[in-house]
Amino acid sequence: MSAAAGLRAIGRPALAALAAIGRVALFAVATLGHLLRPPFYWREFGAQLMQIGWFSLPVVGLTALFTGGALALQIYSGGARFNAEAVVPSIVAIGMVRELGPVLGGLMVAARVASSIAAELGTMKVTEQIDALTTLSTNPMKYLVVPRVLAATLAVPVLVGVGDAIGIMGGWLVGVTRLEFNSVTYLKNTIDFLEVWDVGSGLVKGAAFGFIVALLGCYHGMNSGRGAQGVGRATKAAVVGASVLILAANYMLTEVFFTS
Amino acid sequence: MISLSKVTKFFGANAVLRGVDLTIPTGKSMVIIGGSGTGKSVLLKCILGLVEPDGGTIMLDGQDVRRAERDAFLARFGMLFQGGALFDSLRVWENVAFRLMRGANRRPKDEARAIALEKLRRVGLGPQVADLYPAELSGGMQKRVGLARAIAAEPEIIFFDEPTTGLDPIMSGVINDLIREIVVEMGATAMTITHDMSSVRAIADEVAMLHQGMIQWTGPVTDLDGCADPYVQQFIHGRAAGPINPIR
Repeated sequence: MSAAAGLRAIGRPALAALAAIGRVALFAVATLGHLLRPPFYWREFGAQLMQIGWFSLPVVGLTALFTGGALALQIYSGGARFNAEAVVPSIVAIGMVRELGPVLGGLMVAARVASSIAAELGTMKVTEQIDALTTLSTNPMKYLVVPRVLAATLAVPVLVGVGDAIGIMGGWLVGVTRLEFNSVTYLKNTIDFLEVWDVGSGLVKGAAFGFIVALLGCYHGMNSGRGAQGVGRATKAAVVGASVLILAANYMLTEVFFTS
Repeated sequence: MISLSKVTKFFGANAVLRGVDLTIPTGKSMVIIGGSGTGKSVLLKCILGLVEPDGGTIMLDGQDVRRAERDAFLARFGMLFQGGALFDSLRVWENVAFRLMRGANRRPKDEARAIALEKLRRVGLGPQVADLYPAELSGGMQKRVGLARAIAAEPEIIFFDEPTTGLDPIMSGVINDLIREIVVEMGATAMTITHDMSSVRAIADEVAMLHQGMIQWTGPVTDLDGCADPYVQQFIHGRAAGPINPIR
């Protein structure tokens, strides 16, 4: 392979990736622009709040419960190597609210919501429903995208907060029933070591992840290719893109929040 | 009146419209015929602004459609989509009343529902379908609901994209008759895309044939059978042999 061919092989996907990032960024700017200008479709916003927030609660709650329990077991067995078993309540609490609650909650919502939004909007595009909206004097960005993005941005922090509480409860349950912690002491240690910003930073992350999930779902749905294969590709791209972006955003937000 | 002058549209290297010149007089029913993939739907979407043309001008009553105020422009149009394009998440009456319940001319819910029921009756559907969801209807019923939605706000101009595709001959006849009745009754300007010749004869005042991205022939429907254009003759008689290559 010549040097030019090698450069082309690297350059083409790099340019394509940059172009894709640019398109998503422009889509985000357009979404925010439409969010600030009327009309606002309250009914669609309420429906999305239910879909994204309420109906994601079981999956986020179960994820948090088992994660909290597993975390307690891991920290206990790891801490036993240097006689630090007592830190289980505080590490479970900090680990859940700062990191695992928002990241795992965000990933579960990405799997459930980004796929659903991309498939729904993709199907609407393929069946000309989005064109029909335009001919009925309704802007698809305002009617379809803004309610979903706003609902996810507001609902996911609430899900993260509930998930944090359930995760800590999972740790407490395992601590009390399997690791012989005193119930009151466990809860006291949890509360004593937890700071407001620990919880607050997780909720801010939740809002950012909610925005990413809905934005990627809407972007890929609105730009879906033709037919079942096009919708399938859009759905896959939405879930993969949202998941990767959540992990990248999590690292950057952690840098901003906790390294200064 | 809708006037198209030298309208072009490319998708990559593929020239779909290569300079379309066409005039649709006010109050007339124009039917565009042509084979699959000749750019009929793209032409219609260019007029509505759903697809941006690469060149040429499209005028509505003397005004360039690209400079028109978007909401006011779209409020003059109704459109029946090929597959109905009904919103799955809304009930039938909400689909029909969609435009009536939003925007500057929003009506109260009860009034919008009453208008929707009247439009459904106009297309031969009873009130029992009003609260169903589109997925609960047959293809023919979905087309009729789409037609009711297209006429709900009593637009001046109505577009019909392949109105009889996928329907049996009897239901096609019903839809054709409905379109003709409604267009005459409303005095609307109509533009229909089809390759169903029974639709052409039932709906059209004027016919234009689109071939290879250009208007091959245009004239009154009464001249269609007698026209000497070999492309038109091959198309309307469905002959495999002729100047149009059946394999495109």
